[in-house]
Amino acid sequence: MMSKPAVEASGLRKAFGGVQALDGLSLAVPAGTVLGLLGPNGSGKTTTVSILTTSLRPDAGRATVAGLDVVTEAARVRRVIGLAGQFAAVDPNLTGRENLRLIGRLSRLGRRQARVRADELLASFGLNAAADRLVRGYSGGMRRRLDVAAALLHRPEVLFLDEPTTGLDPESRFALWDSVRDLAGSGTTVLLTTQYLEEADALADQVVIISAGRVADTGTPAELKARFGTVVFHLDFGGKEAAQAAQTALASAGYQPQRDGAGIQVRSVAGSGELTGVLRVLDGRAPDPVSVEIREPTLDDVFLSLTRGGEAA
Amino acid sequence: MSTIAIAPGQPAASRVAAAASAVAGALSDTADVAWRNLLTQLRTPQALVFSVIQPVIFVLLFRYAFGGAIHVPGTNYVDFLMPGIFAQTVAFGAVGTAVGLSGDVRTGILVRFRTLPMARIAVLAGRTAADLARNLLVVAVMIGVGFAAGFRSPHGAGALLAALGLVIAFGYAISWGFASLGLRVSDPEAAQAAAVPVLFLLVFTSAAFVPSTAMPGWLQAFGTHQPVDALVNAERALILGGPAAHDVLISLAWSGGMLVVFALLAARTYARMGR
Repeated sequence: MMSKPAVEASGLRKAFGGVQALDGLSLAVPAGTVLGLLGPNGSGKTTTVSILTTSLRPDAGRATVAGLDVVTEAARVRRVIGLAGQFAAVDPNLTGRENLRLIGRLSRLGRRQARVRADELLASFGLNAAADRLVRGYSGGMRRRLDVAAALLHRPEVLFLDEPTTGLDPESRFALWDSVRDLAGSGTTVLLTTQYLEEADALADQVVIISAGRVADTGTPAELKARFGTVVFHLDFGGKEAAQAAQTALASAGYQPQRDGAGIQVRSVAGSGELTGVLRVLDGRAPDPVSVEIREPTLDDVFLSLTRGGEAA
Repeated sequence: MSTIAIAPGQPAASRVAAAASAVAGALSDTADVAWRNLLTQLRTPQALVFSVIQPVIFVLLFRYAFGGAIHVPGTNYVDFLMPGIFAQTVAFGAVGTAVGLSGDVRTGILVRFRTLPMARIAVLAGRTAADLARNLLVVAVMIGVGFAAGFRSPHGAGALLAALGLVIAFGYAISWGFASLGLRVSDPEAAQAAAVPVLFLLVFTSAAFVPSTAMPGWLQAFGTHQPVDALVNAERALILGGPAAHDVLISLAWSGGMLVVFALLAARTYARMGR
């Protein structure tokens, strides 16, 4: 069943000085789903989140969150959103518990409810032991978990996570992914920005790829992968010269091989059967590969082909 | 402020109730932000210690190093000096407002505050309220230091308290002035570098440490028409005795005017941060 979008943006534009950070960006997040906003540094992810969370006004375009206009009804939008991310901080000179209680009270929960929610969230984010220590002594992962907890105090309908795992070690990243999955499972709508394709793949129902402030592509992770190739062949030649010879041969036969040290990668839309064709091209023109691996494409592959200007397909 | 949402056609009573609850909310938010700022200051005591040490050094310098060479007719130099020290103490305290807010810009905590359903003015009002509390503490220490250095407040405790009331009012008003600066600079060091010269100019061209009559005419023209000088004159009129009403009114007018202008300016700066 399709429900009304929890987040809807159309034609958002924002310039900083001469730089067009957003150039007509539109997107929609159905209620109860996770949208992954994927793009490299400077593509406009944080600007989009800032506009949707009311801390920045768009130059043009319109956006609603939970049906409320982010410009004209900003005060009401703030009651239904939570924001955590690289540029929204907690106070290093307060303890974890003090931070959560402060933000709870400022979210207008009332003193008692702020206290109760702070304790609940400290427990559910595994911060009980560190609750009464100053945040300046927290590890990066603990700080990030507290940051996400701070965004959840008033049980927001829509949660914005701006690069929640940038700079985290893998273990902390996976722990945070679990938290996001739990939230999504309990019905919270999540808009998550990331530069990690793996992260969008792991968490998002729908992915929007942005580049230079515009939507470059959109789809489910599976759709995007299908569109940009269903399999990737990785052929290892055990030596650079052999790999170069194979690359030249495949390129002249119309493939788009990418060399990777002593190996090459070839994307295929046709599926694993295509491997026969690839090997036939190489026959006699390059040494036989030492090993051949067939894998599913990652979003990295999708992203590379998109940003190189539509040579996939 | 803009957070007071009043629907047209509401009965007057419920509009009043909505406005009252918005004001109550803003006050409670201000108290929460002020509490956070005070706690933060207590946990980074270096800044607090230096904001006390600097005026102590000034008392010692002017009382013992320069004081012997400065003659103020009709009064003891230390009684002349202390009103100037009080004014200088709270004026330089305003640097803390700029530094604190620019730190909040840099760490990103302001971004979070801007997305919370709190009253927007509370970010500024909470900061200046915390700085007012710090001024009270520092001024209390300065009274102690002053008495140790021979200050006697010849016209009694009531006169001294009235003078300190003027000092605190001035400190509160000027701290709103430096709030705008702090919001515009996302670097505490830059905020400090920008704030200090302005304050030096105001404090040292005033009669805080030496009588203005010793300055050349062009400097007097500036030095005697600015708020620090007005404050110091009013304090001295109260503490050393003499007709005080006129000077007190002038100082209060400066502080009131500064408060209104600077608060509006700071609120506007804050509101425009997201444009």
